[in-house]
Amino acid sequence: MARVQFTRHLSRYFPDLEQNVEVEGNTVAQIVSGLNDRFPGLAAYIVDDQGALRQHVNIFIGNELIRDRKRLGDEVQADDSVYVLQALSGG
Amino acid sequence: MPEKKLYVGTRKGLFIFERNGAGYRLKRSSHLGIPVQNTLFDERTGRLWALLDHGHWGQKLSRSTDDGKTWEEIESPKYPDGEMVNDDTAATMRLIWVAATGSNDQPGRIYLGTEPGGLFRSDNDGESFELVRSLWEHPTRKGWFGGGRDQAAIHSILVDPRNHDRVLVGVSCAGVFETTDAGKTWAARNKGLRADFLPDPASEVGQDPHVVVAAKSDFDTLWQQNHCGIFVSQDGGMNWADVTTDGTANFGFAIAVHEERPQTAWVVPAVSDECRIAVDGKMVVCRTDDYGKTWTEHRKGLPQKDCYDVTFRHALDINGDELAFGTTTGNLFVSADGGESWEGQGNYLPPVYSVHFH
Repeated sequence: MARVQFTRHLSRYFPDLEQNVEVEGNTVAQIVSGLNDRFPGLAAYIVDDQGALRQHVNIFIGNELIRDRKRLGDEVQADDSVYVLQALSGG
Repeated sequence: MPEKKLYVGTRKGLFIFERNGAGYRLKRSSHLGIPVQNTLFDERTGRLWALLDHGHWGQKLSRSTDDGKTWEEIESPKYPDGEMVNDDTAATMRLIWVAATGSNDQPGRIYLGTEPGGLFRSDNDGESFELVRSLWEHPTRKGWFGGGRDQAAIHSILVDPRNHDRVLVGVSCAGVFETTDAGKTWAARNKGLRADFLPDPASEVGQDPHVVVAAKSDFDTLWQQNHCGIFVSQDGGMNWADVTTDGTANFGFAIAVHEERPQTAWVVPAVSDECRIAVDGKMVVCRTDDYGKTWTEHRKGLPQKDCYDVTFRHALDINGDELAFGTTTGNLFVSADGGESWEGQGNYLPPVYSVHFH
């Protein structure tokens, strides 16, 4: 199972969010769906209402930014580390 | 006038002010750090709503049953799969800009106005929302465009208290649309408006009302502060009269109308489109008591030097003869005498998006 880590900012809205969540999934979309099962509503913070990665959110697999921000089709291996981070933007 | 609290939505949270003698004091804040675009108080249920515009996490709806002490997040409406803004761009929820309740005999009815131009409706107090397809599928809709926002957006929703089947919406940029058959059909109501930014300024669609309001006592009198001036309709929106002056009462975003005297309205002018700052560095409120034939300027208590504040479209409200407005520079002003004199209630707020008496 992939191990997912999050920006600490998400813990404001999901206080139970652990820092290393193990989730099954072969693609980023499946990982996000699995996360939402564990933490209902979390997916809506990461992706928009059409399922695309939000503009100011980044997901990395290892050190690589995912390429498919629209459908989250990037493949995830069982031993991958996935990072859900916020982009540096705003004020 | 009934004593009400002031709900101030800002770029950095919601601030609730309560009466304190002649003025107001901060009672409570919530959602600190999160942009609160607008609020709605549902008098039927006592619920307070906050429309959140997270910079990172998208549009959220937050609801409180204890006047903002505690909040619950509810699922935001979604644009149905495959809906398009135009031929090239898929529709995604970019902003929930305004909320309105249905009438008292429509329990659970809530409307939301959004960017990219969808009106959403709930009949279960927001547990679920549906896109109002009749407006979304209006033959002109794919020709709507952004004004102030990147894409077209609904900022005004007016439900006629005499007849809840009649609803008007204000859209930037498209104009005013009305249904009189409970949303089965919609008609543009933009005759008499002027869009100086279009090849045909009298175009039926493409107008830019910044906000549209109606007097509670007379829903046939409608006012709008438009991108191109101030307009009033005395026939329910069928025809609009340009009541812009060559002087101060001209460009701006906000407008309020007296609840019992539909001939009386207020605007908070700014220097036009190119600048969007206070006129001559001085804050002013203009008032008419004769349907816009004449306007008077009121400055007492407002900054008259080195002032660059602008008042956004949802940031002016009225409660009897009491008015309040907030500004982009974080100032909050209240008047107890119909706008003739003003008193600052806070000067260090975040940029103010909305001000409502509830």
